[in-house]
Amino acid sequence: MTIVDPTAENIVADPNVVNITINDKPVLARKGELIIAAADRTDDFIPRFCYHPRMSSVGMCRQCLVEVETPRGPMMVVSCMTPVAEGQIVRTATDTVKKAQEGVLELLLANHPLDCPVCDKGGECPLQDQAFSHGPGESRFVEEKRHYEKPIAISEIVYLDRERCILCDRCTRFADEVAGDPLISFTSRGNDTQVMTFPEEPFSSYFSGNTVQICPVGALTAKPYRFKARPWDIEQTESTCTSCSVGCRVVVQSSRDELVRFQGVDIDPVNWGWLCDRGRYNFESVNSTERLIAPLIKSDSGLAITSWSVALESAARIIRTALNSGTDSVAILGGARGTNEDAFAWASLADQLGITQRDSQLGDGLTPEIFNLAQATIDETCAASTIILLSPDLKEELPVLYLRVRDAAQKRKSRILEFSPRDSGLTPYAWRSVSFEPGRQAQVVRETLETQEMQEQIRLGEVVVVLGRANLAENESFTLHALGEILHAIPNAKILPVLRRGNVRGAVAVGFTPQKNSGDAIDILTKAAAGKIECLILLGADPLADVADSDLVARAFNRTRSVISIDTFINSSNRNADVVLPAAAFTEKTGTTTNLEGRISNVTQQITPRGTSRPDWMIATELGLSLGIDLEVSSLDELHQKMTSSIAEFSSCANNPVINSDGVLIVNEASATISRASVVLVDRNSYSYRLIVSRTMYDNAQSTKTSPSLVGIITKSAIYVNPLDLARIGVVDGTNIRVGIDDKSIVLPVNAHSGVHRGTAWLPYNHTSVDIRPLLDITSDVVDVRIEQLR
Amino acid sequence: MVKRQGSVMSATYAHAPGFVAGDRPKIVTSRFEFADSFTLERYLATNGYKGLRAALSRPANEIHDDVKSATVLGRGGAGFPAGTKWGLTPQQVWPKYLVVNGDESEPGTYKDRLLMERDPHQLIEGCLIACYAAGLSQCFLYIRGEMALAQERVAAALNEAYAAGYVGKNILGSNFSVDIILHWGAGAYVVGEETALIESLEGNRGMPRLKPPFFPAVNGLYGQPTIVNNVETLANLPWLLCNGVAAYTAVGTKTSPGTRMVAVSGHVKRPGVFEIINGTTTFRDLIFGEEFCGGIRDDKQLKAFVPGGGSAPWFTADQLDLPFEASQVGPAGSMLGSGAVIVMDETTDIPAAALTLTHFYAHESCGKCTPCREGGTWLERILRRIVDGDGTDADLQQLLEVGAMICPGDFPHAANAQLGLTAVPFPYKMTTICFVGPSAFAPVHSALTLFRSEFESRVTKRVTIPVTAVSTAKTVMPVGAH
Repeated sequence: MTIVDPTAENIVADPNVVNITINDKPVLARKGELIIAAADRTDDFIPRFCYHPRMSSVGMCRQCLVEVETPRGPMMVVSCMTPVAEGQIVRTATDTVKKAQEGVLELLLANHPLDCPVCDKGGECPLQDQAFSHGPGESRFVEEKRHYEKPIAISEIVYLDRERCILCDRCTRFADEVAGDPLISFTSRGNDTQVMTFPEEPFSSYFSGNTVQICPVGALTAKPYRFKARPWDIEQTESTCTSCSVGCRVVVQSSRDELVRFQGVDIDPVNWGWLCDRGRYNFESVNSTERLIAPLIKSDSGLAITSWSVALESAARIIRTALNSGTDSVAILGGARGTNEDAFAWASLADQLGITQRDSQLGDGLTPEIFNLAQATIDETCAASTIILLSPDLKEELPVLYLRVRDAAQKRKSRILEFSPRDSGLTPYAWRSVSFEPGRQAQVVRETLETQEMQEQIRLGEVVVVLGRANLAENESFTLHALGEILHAIPNAKILPVLRRGNVRGAVAVGFTPQKNSGDAIDILTKAAAGKIECLILLGADPLADVADSDLVARAFNRTRSVISIDTFINSSNRNADVVLPAAAFTEKTGTTTNLEGRISNVTQQITPRGTSRPDWMIATELGLSLGIDLEVSSLDELHQKMTSSIAEFSSCANNPVINSDGVLIVNEASATISRASVVLVDRNSYSYRLIVSRTMYDNAQSTKTSPSLVGIITKSAIYVNPLDLARIGVVDGTNIRVGIDDKSIVLPVNAHSGVHRGTAWLPYNHTSVDIRPLLDITSDVVDVRIEQLR
Repeated sequence: MVKRQGSVMSATYAHAPGFVAGDRPKIVTSRFEFADSFTLERYLATNGYKGLRAALSRPANEIHDDVKSATVLGRGGAGFPAGTKWGLTPQQVWPKYLVVNGDESEPGTYKDRLLMERDPHQLIEGCLIACYAAGLSQCFLYIRGEMALAQERVAAALNEAYAAGYVGKNILGSNFSVDIILHWGAGAYVVGEETALIESLEGNRGMPRLKPPFFPAVNGLYGQPTIVNNVETLANLPWLLCNGVAAYTAVGTKTSPGTRMVAVSGHVKRPGVFEIINGTTTFRDLIFGEEFCGGIRDDKQLKAFVPGGGSAPWFTADQLDLPFEASQVGPAGSMLGSGAVIVMDETTDIPAAALTLTHFYAHESCGKCTPCREGGTWLERILRRIVDGDGTDADLQQLLEVGAMICPGDFPHAANAQLGLTAVPFPYKMTTICFVGPSAFAPVHSALTLFRSEFESRVTKRVTIPVTAVSTAKTVMPVGAH
């Protein structure tokens, strides 16, 4: 719709425009729009508690009462449920309306405790604010207020103070409508109505933090922020979350130079104000006392603290020595965890040093060629008539994208066609969910798309393929073959690539990807294992924990002479490094990041970097100087200018202020083609189980295990099989069993899971207590394991 | 489990509530005199399912026109003509549903319960006629959870009707098919409100939906067009189809034709359900007439009466000559509602009576709308304080002000010659979605308006305590206190 200026002379008669007046001022509204939404574009604020523009209206709190002229005189209506109509006359501040609004506020406050001085919400509380702006000023309620036990933990993270609750239905509606986890609901009725979980079932939603954010009072609070700060002590800045590649806009809030809270920012193209709990709460890891705060250098007694100059000199010497044996003896892994500028500075340094072996993916992604296919944005995906999922479980790996796709299927009439080796979080919302045994997806996709039903569906309109790696225990080529089949059947399908690391797309765009036919991360590690790599530079990468083949990585690290790590924590890969340089974490540095759809938006510094840590780009320029290379960059602005002028994809964000809000899209030309290939099917021995290895939201990731509020939720390792297969193995649910391949085996509990299909086994990756990677061999096409009872 | 059988009852039912001998027309209670009135056998012997046969022999739209021209008024409370309601559903939408509101729970109302217990087949036949006439594909019969006997009788009757081919596929050999699904409520007054009933039927919490956009006739059960009809409304249809529109409109008045069932409770000699002639019978006829209640118990004086269920503003003796005609009762300051008259004699403790009713509505508030959830309980607590003798004169004004937050503007009340009051007509304005909130205020407002002196004598006058000077003598701190 185009909102036309009513004073303009040439008013175009748009059939979707409705003319109304609010408090005698003309307002243009969209057909079907609610009065409250139209009023939000004017200066006349209508008070509200239950209304939320991203959720359906319930008309519960009655605070937004206004008067609408009717033939029978003015009628009081709730503006959050009354749509606009041509010629409607709305008054939001008549005596009757004021009296009604004051009445509702007094009633809301009747049982609400006046504990604002100790309430976390005090100072930013819609109830407090609107009691001042639209309330009667004093209460006549002399009765004793409601009392409940306070607070009660409704999940590991969220606490509920029922006394403060005004029963607006926002949290319960969010859980049901938006998250699809209806784990909280009203119980009792009338004056005893309360929000409650079901008995013995906590509110363990991946999105529970949003309920805390949208709570209009202090009834829902989250562990990381409870009693930590007061709103008037908070400083804040808008930024982009880089925990995964969705790129949700957030407000980063700190108090006394320490992060205290993240809040979602409502932007249309990406997150609509929502965040996942991991992205919302893993800021705690930035405050962690385990953070690297000074450069470390290898000494006889392990890593020892040193100065930046010594560490940089030492690193430069190592690199120079290695380069003497040829540029092929140095490799860089990582780069996807920082900003575009970070990756660009390192890529420039690598270019000047002639290092072509670099990869920002660690063998768990897809070829960067997919970025050169016709791309779809998140919005385009959610508007497509068919969304084909050939991707990991979005709910686990890209949670807010899951919310968007779920919304598209639930409310926007997109149809999901899912191809997945096991049931995902989106399976319940899929129009058709087609399962396949790992390795057989190309065949399954071809057969499915040939059916008449699919042909008809495809013809209905736009098709977008959400493309990513669903299974780490399978060669990436299987996914590409399946994509080839889809593109053969639907040549004009667009791609939404979903690679998981925060800034993988930006890193690839600036050149953090194999150059000049050099190999990818797996090739680099294979060469290292063969003793051909002298120096390995880890740029925020932890291959020993992250690469799905522990044997290969262990051999590679054994044979590599020296390791230089730039990181925020000590991890398994840099524990024995030669030099460890402390990097500034997210929220401690400024720059831009690129999300999975290629949207470039800014990340902002809010707190001082811990210790002497500094941004990756700064480390690159200084290391360059120690190596005798001048990157000719003295400030971030210069670096940004240089990046936007030399990287064609980034030309759109040169001096573009929009990167501070909605961001700008990468300039992309569809140049690649993925064609159909003949696929050799891999047969499975009927006694073995084909592995599906994938990540879940709460795994042993560095930022999760160093966040005190999240560390308790990290799942313990287990293998999941179909309930019928459990009987075949001959054990009961939860028993320890042996999972083996060749001469390697691990022991862990087995659980029945109806979302896992027969003959396959799902092994979540990077969980605690048992390392599953000994089973994985990154060079094999698929992994078939034996599952046996312990003797 | 011991099955309740008709045989345990006496052969004739002459003294049961709801049956009064006499030659008044009996449209819905004609079988109440038989002990086995709920059986298919008795039903068939007394013109049972003849209305359905008559209906199926004619085109559906003619039946719909009949119901329209007979002006069968809804008997659930609002009094909206059923035929007009049926016509509100959009054309060309399939499926459309009939939901039968058998969640009768308005204080004082127990007429539908008798209709379901005594004559379940009549209700079933009414449902079938409505489905046929209005083109509805399926019928959901929602019966209040507490009505065990009604549930049993309707279920048994439905089984009989299915077995005999009156319900199900190709009814009576025609190509008209409809299924009736039974559903028991879980015990909430608010579910008597049609949108809350639909929520409950869908398996959700019984909370009302806002109209718009949820006008059931357009967007009702499962998002489909849905007609919600009261039990008594549908029970009228078999007789109408058997005897024709002329016979039906010959009874009662032009605007309120036919009969209606009224449940009388309270201080009368003979409480019960009576089928009265619509539009002409007056409250005096009902309360004092020998064929109905026979006067106030112990021949005491009438103090007040509730004309249309617990949520209706009260009347006093001044309004006794009003007939059961919505167009007269509304302007007089109350409503006919669900057909329940509660009679209070001179011994009634008015504040306590108001508290009883207000407690009910506060307790039954679903908790959705703030004014009802908070205001209802607030009213109850003030009222209880007054009844307990702990109230002050300020509480009386407070009651009205809390009520004004639920119902802003003038609240309807009856005229009273003695007090010099003129009537404020029905309806009221409200800040809530449904009528539960205002219903909590209605008894308070009526009681306080018509019997203010009874409240005043219960409360203490608040006296301003004069401020006395505080001694400025130095306070000696006890040893050890810091």
